[in-house]
Amino acid sequence: MAERRPPISGLFDQPIQVINVGVPSFSDDLKRQGVPVRHVDWRPPAGGNKRIQALLRRIKNGEKTS
Amino acid sequence: MPMDVEQANKKALQSIQSAQPVLVGIDTAKNVVPGMTDNLLLHAGPPIGWDTMSGPLRGAVLGALLYQGLARDEKQARELAVSGEIQYSPWHEHSGVGPMAGVSSARMPVWIIENKTKGNRTYCTLNEGLGKVLRYGAYSTEVIDRLKWMEETLAPVLSEALKLRGEINLKAMIAQALQMGDEVHNRNRAGTSLLFRELAPCVIETHFPDKDKRKVLEFIHSNDHFFLNLSMPAAKAILQSAEWTEGSSLVTTMARNGTEFGIRVAGLKDRWFTGPAQYIKGLFFPGYSEKDANPDIGDSAITETCGLGGFSMASAPAIVKFVGGTVQDALNFTQKMYEITETESDSFQIPSLDFRGSPTGINIIKVCELGILPQINTGIAHREAGIGQIGAGLVNPPMKCFEDALEAFAEKYF
Repeated sequence: MAERRPPISGLFDQPIQVINVGVPSFSDDLKRQGVPVRHVDWRPPAGGNKRIQALLRRIKNGEKTS
Repeated sequence: MPMDVEQANKKALQSIQSAQPVLVGIDTAKNVVPGMTDNLLLHAGPPIGWDTMSGPLRGAVLGALLYQGLARDEKQARELAVSGEIQYSPWHEHSGVGPMAGVSSARMPVWIIENKTKGNRTYCTLNEGLGKVLRYGAYSTEVIDRLKWMEETLAPVLSEALKLRGEINLKAMIAQALQMGDEVHNRNRAGTSLLFRELAPCVIETHFPDKDKRKVLEFIHSNDHFFLNLSMPAAKAILQSAEWTEGSSLVTTMARNGTEFGIRVAGLKDRWFTGPAQYIKGLFFPGYSEKDANPDIGDSAITETCGLGGFSMASAPAIVKFVGGTVQDALNFTQKMYEITETESDSFQIPSLDFRGSPTGINIIKVCELGILPQINTGIAHREAGIGQIGAGLVNPPMKCFEDALEAFAEKYF
């Protein structure tokens, strides 16, 4: 019985195109290896600061919508 | 009922977009600046006392006491500065702005700017030029002598010239300067030239001796930053029109006193939110380095608050030769500032971005959510009094100002 390959394996049988979200060094490494990569400058809301995230939720949830 | 922040910000933006700052004249600070008295010194940035003032601010205080005639020499000025007889107050709390140390005394002449839409008036001293100047904390005899010449000759000549010329629309002039490669904070070459064109024929027509008229025109011609002291109060007049819009989360003031950076928000009347002033990364004049630098100082960040300066760096590619970075950096800074602002200026357009309006209306909610800080370009003062400018570069406010403002905003409205 032939071994079933996981579907993701097919990904590596073709040229890889990458969208990198967040940490820029990951995309830099790929660029150095000649892999086409598009970096998305993303970071968690308020940089992950829980106190500021809570304040933002309070303002957004309490905000009257027009 | 919960506050409708979006509507409140629209109302504040309407005030900002419709403001029409116009240069209407020159007078002595004591005659026109609200609350000005003989023993009051105005300064840049948030409130501060002598004990925590940085070197350049202290130097400017000493110089202003000498210029004002309140002290005979440096020793007496130092004693007076700490005696409790002199009061210190931020320019921003007196409808004005001061570049760098920004220290002003009652005798100093000031430009008068009026927002024709709402009638609010703002004030700023006249620019002293480069080298050893009071705004960078220098207080030698040459500095005091120049200030006296500005009071006795420059201001009277320009005041009469302005009466002959009539009012000058500064919003239109700033808009034009942006088309000509200025961002009107650290590059004011076009703005100064445009102003010179308006004033020169009228200076010639004043009744003053030819030698005085010639010296006045040479003084303006020799100083590319002469227009800064008009772009700043014009920006102040625009933003002041949005103070104090109930429920608005837009920033109306960003200012530094050399020790602290402070912001004010349209919906949080009269409150300052401060954090430590940062060190500037940039280009230093020969012989100086980062170890000589004072932290960020001056009210000139009012230009960035208004969508000019660092927010409009894409308009001024040549500025990177002065503050550092590349032309692409200048483009990127402006692009990034659209993320933390509410709209685009109806009046100030950026040619290199296909005449897109400059990023307008900094929103503390967006700054805190995205973690993107306003981009400021600025001069660098030596940390010791009396030396002056040692470079120029780029700096951001501390995030603490915006986080503290956000907390106060949430507490007040939600």
